[in-house]
Amino acid sequence: MTGAPGQRFYGPRGWAILALCSIAIFVVMPLLNLAVPADSPFHVSAYWVTLFGKIMCYAIVAVALDLVWGYAGILSLGHGLFFALGGYAFGMYLMRQIGSDGQYRQPMPDFMVFLDWKEFPWQWWNSDSFLWCAMLVVVVPGLLAFVFGYFAFRSRVKGVYLSIITQALTFAAMLLFFRNATGFGGNNGFTDFRRILDIPIATPQTRMALFAITGAALIGTLLLARWLTTSRFGRVLAAIRDAEQRVMFCGYDTVHYKLFVWTLSAVICGIAGALYVPQVGIINPGEMSPANSIEIAIWVAVGGRGTLIGPILGAGLVNGAKSFFTQAFPEYWLYALGLIFILVTLFLPHGVMGLMKKKQ
Amino acid sequence: MRILLAGLSWWIASSALALDAGTVNRLGFGDGDEKIAAIAALVAEGDPAAAALLQAAADGELQTSGKRVFIVKGEEALDAATGARVAPLPEDREDVIFNNRVRRELGGAVAALRLISPDRAARLAAARELTGNADEAMLPLIKKALERETDASVKQLLELTQATLELRTGSKESRIGAIRTLGLSTNPNTKMLLLAILEKSKDGSFSEPDEDLRIEAQKSLRELEARLAWGERAGVLFTSVSLGSVLLLAALGLAITYGLMGVINMAHGELIMVGAYTTYVVQNLFKRTEFFDWYPLAAVPASFLAAALVGMALERLVIRWLYGRPLETLLATWGISLMLIQTVRTIFGAANVQVENPAFMSGGIELFTGVVMPWSRICIIAFAALVLFLMYFLLTKTRLGLFVRGVTQNRAMASCVGVPTARVDTWAFGLGSGIAGLAGCALSQIDNVGPNLGQNYIVDSFMVVVLGGVGQLAGTVYAALGLGFANKLLEAWQGAVLAKIAVLVFIIFFIQKRPQGMFALKGRAQDA
Repeated sequence: MTGAPGQRFYGPRGWAILALCSIAIFVVMPLLNLAVPADSPFHVSAYWVTLFGKIMCYAIVAVALDLVWGYAGILSLGHGLFFALGGYAFGMYLMRQIGSDGQYRQPMPDFMVFLDWKEFPWQWWNSDSFLWCAMLVVVVPGLLAFVFGYFAFRSRVKGVYLSIITQALTFAAMLLFFRNATGFGGNNGFTDFRRILDIPIATPQTRMALFAITGAALIGTLLLARWLTTSRFGRVLAAIRDAEQRVMFCGYDTVHYKLFVWTLSAVICGIAGALYVPQVGIINPGEMSPANSIEIAIWVAVGGRGTLIGPILGAGLVNGAKSFFTQAFPEYWLYALGLIFILVTLFLPHGVMGLMKKKQ
Repeated sequence: MRILLAGLSWWIASSALALDAGTVNRLGFGDGDEKIAAIAALVAEGDPAAAALLQAAADGELQTSGKRVFIVKGEEALDAATGARVAPLPEDREDVIFNNRVRRELGGAVAALRLISPDRAARLAAARELTGNADEAMLPLIKKALERETDASVKQLLELTQATLELRTGSKESRIGAIRTLGLSTNPNTKMLLLAILEKSKDGSFSEPDEDLRIEAQKSLRELEARLAWGERAGVLFTSVSLGSVLLLAALGLAITYGLMGVINMAHGELIMVGAYTTYVVQNLFKRTEFFDWYPLAAVPASFLAAALVGMALERLVIRWLYGRPLETLLATWGISLMLIQTVRTIFGAANVQVENPAFMSGGIELFTGVVMPWSRICIIAFAALVLFLMYFLLTKTRLGLFVRGVTQNRAMASCVGVPTARVDTWAFGLGSGIAGLAGCALSQIDNVGPNLGQNYIVDSFMVVVLGGVGQLAGTVYAALGLGFANKLLEAWQGAVLAKIAVLVFIIFFIQKRPQGMFALKGRAQDA
């Protein structure tokens, strides 16, 4: 297994690369997008800003999944659910920010007017408060993951069993959110956002700000994960991954370790979802489909699990390829994705990072 | 139907059955009341010639000349009373005019007389029409029809109508008899009739003064309600078994590949899809021929082979290299499933394709009013049972089955005693995939066949296998039927989507309580 814990936090080279990336995200991109005139060949258009922003959100999710899969050996096929829950929680706030500017010119969100609802259902309580919704972004995925994980880890459900029931969980949630009666817009979900914190959402400045915040969140997630995995906690986690029985016999309560990293991972996913929704402008139950969650796993596998940097690369590579294929040859994307799944598992067990290490 | 009936009555009328000349004349020449009386008399007579005459009258084919009444159809004419052929036709013929009141009576009479038509389907239709809107004047006719009726279902309907009519008019004894008959019916509408007897008017008195009648009605109502409840239960039972058998078919193949071999095959749903599309292709080959109804005979082995070949290829090319790494297997087979979906989309298009049922699978048996068991579903239940039996036979009584079980239990030891483990893996995987193909063939008869077919079943089939316990055929059967029942019972109570969610959540909790499924193999290994 890669990612042996007990390493240094980052060497000088690591810090240098990180600094370069930060400069790219916080200085170069804003300059190229906002300051360079639109007709210049160096101008970065809104399309690219949104695409990179989206991929950074995915990268955050990939790091979160790497924490549980690469370091604790728990392959979740339900991380898309936590991502979508964070997105929905923040989406509620964005829907309330539309105010009376919707199609029907009513203070309620359009889908509620359409369903002829007179008042907000209980889930929407206090949803016009930014702080409340920001808290929900963290609490809802975290609580769900905590409860689910508590029962699962306590009864020592693991391996493929755990993968399959996380898949069932996200599938059940998807069915639930497809219902209009659940109160989150049914299969259309939330869209048509206008403002965030009373600032118009579609301006270049807001877009750039969201991009920068996402970049900060990604770097923050990476540092946090790196700190966790190189600490004593990370050693125990890797030990659980490699030989859970032995760790238990040594006197560690493995449930606590797994539960903590699992819940943390879900919370990170929720935050990524909340950053994703205002940039992409839509959230619907399709995000919870089992297929989406499995795709997250392949980002991690492509990059190399247990490396933290690898999943970020993997998310970028796979989603970059996806953007390219769905525009150039839409009918071949599923072939390409399928091939990635097969080839990576057969020939690249340690992903791109493994390849790079071999070369060194 | 009407034309057939007219033809029949024409034939019967030609066979010269004589009617009472006075009645016929009154129909031809009388005033309104006389005509109605004549119609009533003809109905009471209740024989085919009367039916033919009334039908002719209703069709405007009755003409008169002098003292005689004719049935005129184009150039031919019959004497209405004697049924004899008349030629040449008199020149001074006049149409018999019926006013609206008479016309209404005529319509009812024609319908009533259809009850004695020699054609069973016509009688059944007429009896159906009468339930609920018969009037008292038809009672004698209904009694007459009942006497000569031989068909059970027509008889049942007629008895019901008779009881309804007698309830309104008859003596106390006949009304009590009628109430008892109503209690035997299976038609939800009769409940209203019985409730009407028990109804209280506003001042608290019963609308039906006779207490005996009310007691009798209460008893009948209870019987009827009990029977209707059973009908409903039978309906739920049938749909549950039906869903259970579908789940079982979808999960049986997985019980081999996952349950016995431990391979997480996320492409299992797509192997089902391969079977369904194979059925579609076979069906198209048979479409132009006269053997169309026999196409399942070819489709069943074809879909088994197609899916088995795809499965064996997968095992050789991909899965073989991933034994012992279940999570990687999961990802790789997911990739395979994506490629299979896209292949099907490229070949057959993204839209659903149409698979027609053979003739013997369309229609169904009506258990009670409103509870229908479609033949396609019955066939699938039988098919699932057959596949289950064959699989059991294969695993327990054949050499391949012995090898599969041996390799499952102890691969190294099996290899030591000369079992070609690699080849057994391929064969076993092919078998599991082939059974998925069979499931696809069966599902094509009741479900949409499209590229997403497999995705709809993959979560369900994993749930069945996981719930049943790994490595257990019996567990798979119990889990499939149990999930079928749970789903349908909850569905009747809370709707389909919530039922599905509830079942999924239940399984999630169940697995946490018993991680090894309902029927775990007992062993000492802690790391199972």
